[in-house]
Amino acid sequence: MGPRGEAWRRFFRHPAATAGLAVLVFFGTMAICAPLLAPFRPSQQLDIVGLQNRPPSWQHLLGTDLYSRDIWSRLAYGAQVSLGIGTLGMAVAVSLGGLVGAAAGYFRGWIDAVLMRLVDVGLSVPRIFIVLLAIALWDRLGTGSLILLLGLTGWFATSRLVRSEVLSLRERPFAEAARAAGARPWRIITRHIVPNAAAPLIISAALGIGHMMLLEAGLSFLGVGVAPPQPSWGNMIADGRDQIVTAPWTSLFPGLAIALTVMALNAIGDALRDALDPRAEALVPAGD
Amino acid sequence: MTAWLLRRLATAFAIVFTVVTFCFIAIHLAPGTPFLPEEGRAINPAAVAHLRREYGLDQPLPVQYVRYLAALARGNLGESFSQHRPVAAAIASAIPNTVVLAGAALVIDFVLGIALGAYQAARARRRADAALTTATLFIYSLPIFWLGLVLLLVFGQWLGWFPVGGVTDPVFYDSLSWFGKLGDRLYHLALPALTLGIVGAAGTARFQRAALIEALSQDFVRTARAKGLPESAVVIRHALRDALLPVIALLGLALPFLLTGAVLVETVFAWPGLGKLATDAIAARDYPLVLAATMLASIAVVLGSLIADLLTALADPRVRLVA
Repeated sequence: MGPRGEAWRRFFRHPAATAGLAVLVFFGTMAICAPLLAPFRPSQQLDIVGLQNRPPSWQHLLGTDLYSRDIWSRLAYGAQVSLGIGTLGMAVAVSLGGLVGAAAGYFRGWIDAVLMRLVDVGLSVPRIFIVLLAIALWDRLGTGSLILLLGLTGWFATSRLVRSEVLSLRERPFAEAARAAGARPWRIITRHIVPNAAAPLIISAALGIGHMMLLEAGLSFLGVGVAPPQPSWGNMIADGRDQIVTAPWTSLFPGLAIALTVMALNAIGDALRDALDPRAEALVPAGD
Repeated sequence: MTAWLLRRLATAFAIVFTVVTFCFIAIHLAPGTPFLPEEGRAINPAAVAHLRREYGLDQPLPVQYVRYLAALARGNLGESFSQHRPVAAAIASAIPNTVVLAGAALVIDFVLGIALGAYQAARARRRADAALTTATLFIYSLPIFWLGLVLLLVFGQWLGWFPVGGVTDPVFYDSLSWFGKLGDRLYHLALPALTLGIVGAAGTARFQRAALIEALSQDFVRTARAKGLPESAVVIRHALRDALLPVIALLGLALPFLLTGAVLVETVFAWPGLGKLATDAIAARDYPLVLAATMLASIAVVLGSLIADLLTALADPRVRLVA
């Protein structure tokens, strides 16, 4: 069994990761098939007086919220938004972090110094404040801008990991051979080094999507993320906040959805870390 | 040691300076002008020119930058649009509340986290460990504001053990004794600090567990056991001292987490700190306030990581000698 098969075996040795994969498939399917799974439209106000804040029942599996919208439907469409923003934001962050880390690790010298100082600065400001500042200055953010902003503030830790991996990879014989053959630096980086540095990128991605989702949920909860009436798991929790005593299910289910998804992603990330690089020391959980 | 310290201080100062500069750039990159016309009425261009001169906005950017830095050095953070008072005053009343909340959460985070992580490592791979691993993973993945709401519901409303918001009791506080006042404050601090602290503790526990398991496999632990020491002494007095070092480094990373969490927790519990100030300011697009909060938050983070590095250097001589 080759190294790839070995890695998969190590991955599935973690029961939490296997369960996590199942949870992720569940929510991913929910997101993709939302129009099929949702009996009602997410913004449909069904019966403004009669169906406000109804507890879970056979017609409304998770109950209704204060605007008499079906929570299960909103959860399904919200999965699209929350998972989508998390994944796309992380895609931006991983690309940027990989690029910066590879450049810093390969070229070293002053490029490395400047880029890593930038990373230090980036890690010094709590992400939520940067996003709040951007919103204060640029007013409302569309979903695209939100994703971009989340990605632009989330690449710092990834770049450090990629940089240390690239620093060691560039000394390997295959890199030396490529240099001797006359390959340009950028070609060496993209064709030879980055594919071998995939492990920290993948692990970063798995763990990072969870952080992205939590940050998006927090921002939507504060009212500055995804704008209502479009459902996002975060703003659904905000909707239920004033009814928390009389109708706790409005906030309970979206929160559970977020918790389970992030938990699945964390479990998968941990198992990936063990599967792809069992020698790696316990990485510190990222701050915000 | 002194050389190392001076270098770290210089780095810290450079980082704060860069953040401040980026804030300046951000203000000037943002669209719109500070002088917006009223509905329907055009602004007299001469008036705009006069106002620009008065606020120094017609000066070249480098000059504005220097004046900005000078104002900051004097402690002038601008005027808050929404509160109609100097930003520095608004922040000064909010900071102590956040410091108290973050401090309490930090204590809970590390005391609970280290104890839990150590317990798990001592019982590694047995049932208690497996159950606790799942529990910490779950808690670590919770949205903090949602946990706050749940705790509010369960302990504040259903059980009525704790109040549902605020720093002190609005009615009775002034008539309490000194001791009663302290008790009232702690009573109100409990839920928000627990919310922040528990999630942090879950993360710290995961890390401490890994570090201690690693330490327990070392030779010096085998020696301690061979000497006949009781297991508790082996784990706590010998292995844990080694395993605490990486956790001290975690202190530096705890601060961004605490500050982000504080923004959310303060909103849920109506705790009048820096976080709530920032979110209230957002609603009014009061960017001087948000700017000041951002700068302060980053100063706190830089300071926190400096202190963490210092503690690590004090605890681990290898750091001092190598750096």
